[in-house]
Amino acid sequence: MVNETDARLSEEAPSFFAPRRKQLLLGRRAIVASTLSTVLIIGGLFAVFLLAPGGATVRHFFFNPHDMWQSFVGDHRDALSSVGLGLLTNIWVFLIAEVFVLTFGLAIAWTRMTKSPVLMPFRILAIIYSDIFRGIPVLLVFLLIGFGVPALQISFISNQSLAVYGCVSLILTYSAYVAEVFRAGIYSVPHGQLLAARSLGLTNATTMRRVILPQAVRTVVPPLLNDFISLQKDTALLSILGVIEAVQAGTIYQDLRFNSSGLVVASLLFLAMTIPLTRFTDSLIARDRNRRLAST
Amino acid sequence: MNEVILELDSVVKRFGDNEVLRGISLNLHRHEVVCLIGASGSGKSTLLRCVNLLETIDGGSITLFGQSLTDVRIDPDKVRRHTGMVFQSFNLFPHLTVLENVLAGPVRALKRKRSDVYDEAMQLLDRIGLRERSDEYPDRLSGGQQQRVAIVRSLSMRPALLLLDEVTSALDPSLVGEVLDLLRDLARNGTTMLIATHEMNFARDVAQQVVYLDGGVLVEKGTPEEIFSNPQHESTRLFLERVR
Repeated sequence: MVNETDARLSEEAPSFFAPRRKQLLLGRRAIVASTLSTVLIIGGLFAVFLLAPGGATVRHFFFNPHDMWQSFVGDHRDALSSVGLGLLTNIWVFLIAEVFVLTFGLAIAWTRMTKSPVLMPFRILAIIYSDIFRGIPVLLVFLLIGFGVPALQISFISNQSLAVYGCVSLILTYSAYVAEVFRAGIYSVPHGQLLAARSLGLTNATTMRRVILPQAVRTVVPPLLNDFISLQKDTALLSILGVIEAVQAGTIYQDLRFNSSGLVVASLLFLAMTIPLTRFTDSLIARDRNRRLAST
Repeated sequence: MNEVILELDSVVKRFGDNEVLRGISLNLHRHEVVCLIGASGSGKSTLLRCVNLLETIDGGSITLFGQSLTDVRIDPDKVRRHTGMVFQSFNLFPHLTVLENVLAGPVRALKRKRSDVYDEAMQLLDRIGLRERSDEYPDRLSGGQQQRVAIVRSLSMRPALLLLDEVTSALDPSLVGEVLDLLRDLARNGTTMLIATHEMNFARDVAQQVVYLDGGVLVEKGTPEEIFSNPQHESTRLFLERVR
């Protein structure tokens, strides 16, 4: 005999159908729903931009095709810098900084993790360095290096162009971040790998170089690329030192022609530079994720 | 009996307040196989790690080929080159092919030329039937195959002593046999081994000496016959009943 309070199983056959409203989002209707919502949201945003009280003014001052073209090519007779040429400065600063950041970042991470007694002072310096340059806003690093180092009046070191000081500021700041990324990667390698390598008689340095780092680098590629996207954008800070790069050129155009389209051009150029790297990074992350899902 | 190559004398190891080895004394002769048995946490693995200097001991002494390993002038890397170690979790290098894993020790630790050690590495892989898979990466291999590669990776250094830390514990039951067969084969060929294991039948087969550890204390040691058929201590008897 079944006691009412003890019976845990329902006698009734359950119904699995979704409620009416939820049914609109199921099956093939999901495509309709997603298209509709996309059109509505994007269209809505565009409508706000077109119909805003100041919409026409914004279009004239920021999206004027004539001014956009003029600021892109510049006009040297009129002391009007070209945003397009300015971007070349951003690009070379980025490329040079990237090489140094990778090298220094790895060196700092390595120094912080070695146990060699001789390297003790370097280990302390590496920790202080990381703390300082992760703690000071990049903008301040630019100002301190850009105006401070020339004031030191040391030959060669104090006689560089402002773009070089900007590049150095970026290297100093980003090396500290990238060192942390490398360190996280090194810690992510299972401890058994270290044990296996050391028990074979590999020295600490060989273990690091041949066993730990190759595995660590693979895991940190996506976060490293993220830092590089950020580094690409931060080259815009060169403008505060007065270096004529893309943003500064846009600002000059704005000052002389009372039109901000040059800044929009600079934004578009930055996007052209960062979006390939962003997409590449995302695809790497997706690939890595798929591989890990497949292997478990 | 052959000469003593490893001598443990009252070895003590602590992790903070936790004393995991409480004065272990043990001798290992050349060509001898000694099996360490005991529950998880009894100190078997720690003992192996101390011999390989992956851990430093807090008391007593370990003497290997007449040299005290606690001497500050000892180079741990040199000690490890003569004492191979195999782990429960294989720990093959996932970024290297099977062959590169086997070559890692001779090439990276002994700095021998790849071409000089290639043939030997291939022979070792041949011995475990994996010559055809030498160019594959470890994750393409079964657990049993991976562990056999790990054993062969240690052998590539021609160690005087092989330390095995529960090498079948992470394997599917169906894959345990192939690994134990390889170890039996090594034992027959006179490889000196110190083996921490939960496989009692295997220990009975290959060991000249079986050592029972409990809570970091060496409770009892003797021939397999003595330990398995006629244990002297109550805790040994209880342990053997539980695992049987």
